[in-house]
Amino acid sequence: MSPQKEPLPEKRGTANENTRRSTVNRLSAENVTLAYDQRVIAEELSVEIPDNSFTVIVGPNACGKSTLLRALSRMLKPSQGRVLLDGQAIQSMPAKKVARTLGLLPQSSIAPDGITVADLVGRGRYPHQGILRQWSTEDERVVQESMTQTGVAELAERYVDELSGGQRQRVWIAMALAQQTPLLLLDEPTTYLDIQHQIDVLDLCAELHEEQGRTLVAVLHDLNHAARYATHLVALKGGRIIAEGAPGDIVTAELVEEVFGLRCQVIDDPETGTPLVVPAARKARTQTRTDLEKVAATEAS
Amino acid sequence: MRTNRSIRSIRSIRSIRSLRTPGGLSLRLDVRAVAVVALLLLAALTASVVLIGTGDFPIPAADVLKTLLGDGNAGQEFIVNELRLPRVLVGLLVGASLGLGGALFQAISRNPLGSPDVLGLGQGATAGALVMIVLFSGSATQVTLGALAGGLATGFAIYLLAWKRGVHGYRLVLVGIGVSAIVTAVNGYLLTVSDIIDAARAVVWMTGSLDGRDWEQVWPLLGLCAVLVPLVLANARGLRMMEMGDDVSYALGVRVERVRLLLMIAAVLLTATATAAAGPVSFVALTAPQLARRLTRSPGPNLLPSLCMGAALLVTADWVSQRTFGAGQLPVGVVTGVLGGVYLLWLLVTERKAGRI
Repeated sequence: MSPQKEPLPEKRGTANENTRRSTVNRLSAENVTLAYDQRVIAEELSVEIPDNSFTVIVGPNACGKSTLLRALSRMLKPSQGRVLLDGQAIQSMPAKKVARTLGLLPQSSIAPDGITVADLVGRGRYPHQGILRQWSTEDERVVQESMTQTGVAELAERYVDELSGGQRQRVWIAMALAQQTPLLLLDEPTTYLDIQHQIDVLDLCAELHEEQGRTLVAVLHDLNHAARYATHLVALKGGRIIAEGAPGDIVTAELVEEVFGLRCQVIDDPETGTPLVVPAARKARTQTRTDLEKVAATEAS
Repeated sequence: MRTNRSIRSIRSIRSIRSLRTPGGLSLRLDVRAVAVVALLLLAALTASVVLIGTGDFPIPAADVLKTLLGDGNAGQEFIVNELRLPRVLVGLLVGASLGLGGALFQAISRNPLGSPDVLGLGQGATAGALVMIVLFSGSATQVTLGALAGGLATGFAIYLLAWKRGVHGYRLVLVGIGVSAIVTAVNGYLLTVSDIIDAARAVVWMTGSLDGRDWEQVWPLLGLCAVLVPLVLANARGLRMMEMGDDVSYALGVRVERVRLLLMIAAVLLTATATAAAGPVSFVALTAPQLARRLTRSPGPNLLPSLCMGAALLVTADWVSQRTFGAGQLPVGVVTGVLGGVYLLWLLVTERKAGRI
């Protein structure tokens, strides 16, 4: 299934502490500086996506997590540094070749007017097709399979615009699955969904990760969802990685306070044993704030 | 359950058929779209034959066909091949170019209002033609070249002004409306400073007419279509993906910026050349793609159906104008303007109801 790995080029080691060397993993960012026009979002950022992981990127708003995902999926060209896919700079690879290795579910997607579920999912086959190979039996099989996996096979002939938000998100995920990529990137896949559909989508992601061995990278807003589903967590703030690792190892009250500026307790999730972040009560938080201010005032005087 | 599901999935791709060869080649055909294209072609050709037979010297359709196949008498041959055929061919090609150009613009801007009529490409070409007519009293060829230059310059200006990390739908439409307003003002100024003879000539040109078109206009149009139509169709699959937004199509491996730039250049060239040949025939570029889409009932840019629809529309409109008012009396642009204006109103009302504007 996975294409043969090419020998990785020898990397230059630098003194920069942030630099990690990619020798095994398929997707990584190497000292990238990310900017929109003149606005710099992240500088000298390096990150490794462990193979076969369900990596979740978390962080406060505007910390650069979606930007990082855009860079990893070659939608945003780093102004410095590079993103490596299978040891090659992703920007210099043929577009369709990348699209057969790495899929992306972006936040902004438009379902064309009057398109059916099966047609939309079928469009995920684009990188496998050409002018003379427009619709093979393989395409048909994969589309059917993707719809079954995401539970939308029943909706195949329905119009996408008459589906509910949760169903629609499943259809878009089915489209990304039909791309048959070993790596799948999801940009806030649960936004705008109500709680049962959020869990639904996350369960589906976990299934894709565990049962099919796909490497998943997702940006999530909800820290508790992230801690529950991720195998590898990346906490980002102001364009820098504050911590990364298994959620059980890194999610602590100190980390949450540092990254999100929120006082909280971290307890064991009674269902899964993963870390569960419980924000401190409002009074407790204001109390400490006044305490701190008092301390600061005493120190100043 | 399982059989039920597979029946459903077959129905879902109802009108789409796949042709496969043992060698691994496969083609995907939307049967309905193919039928629509065939019917529109037939309609365009029928209208052409009828149109060739229409005029001060009517010729029955059978004789027209016989003459076209090289079997007519000398008199009919002169009228058909020298006088009327080139005019009809220009009509077909102009209609086809406008239909295709409109479909491209609407697909790129993801908005039915993002068509060359609204964006001001027609006005731009008119400005070029007016400069030639009013300021230089230029020949027909110079006017054509002026119109071409005007159209291309306007297209280029819109692209530059609307450029911001890629050209996006509403931005393109809004910039186009602005450019269109400016160029219309320039055109108005040029008309006021012109003398009465030039002004009369200018007004006829501005309405869009197929009168007196001969083989000289046919060849450049035909050559351009022969190059651009295959080029455009080769990129149609990428354009179809771009309907779903830049991010999705990028993720699927479409080189979005490249495809968009290439297709916009093609669309501007098609529209500008068509306008240079026949004047700004209004609303064909706006209506043809939408009508074609309603016939095929399929998502996607519907490029080929739009092309055929444009050709059929223009030739039919020309026949209507000749039939009602006699040859050379009423420019075809008036007919397409009336039909297209009604359509535009309807479009605005339905878009408003759907909450899109």
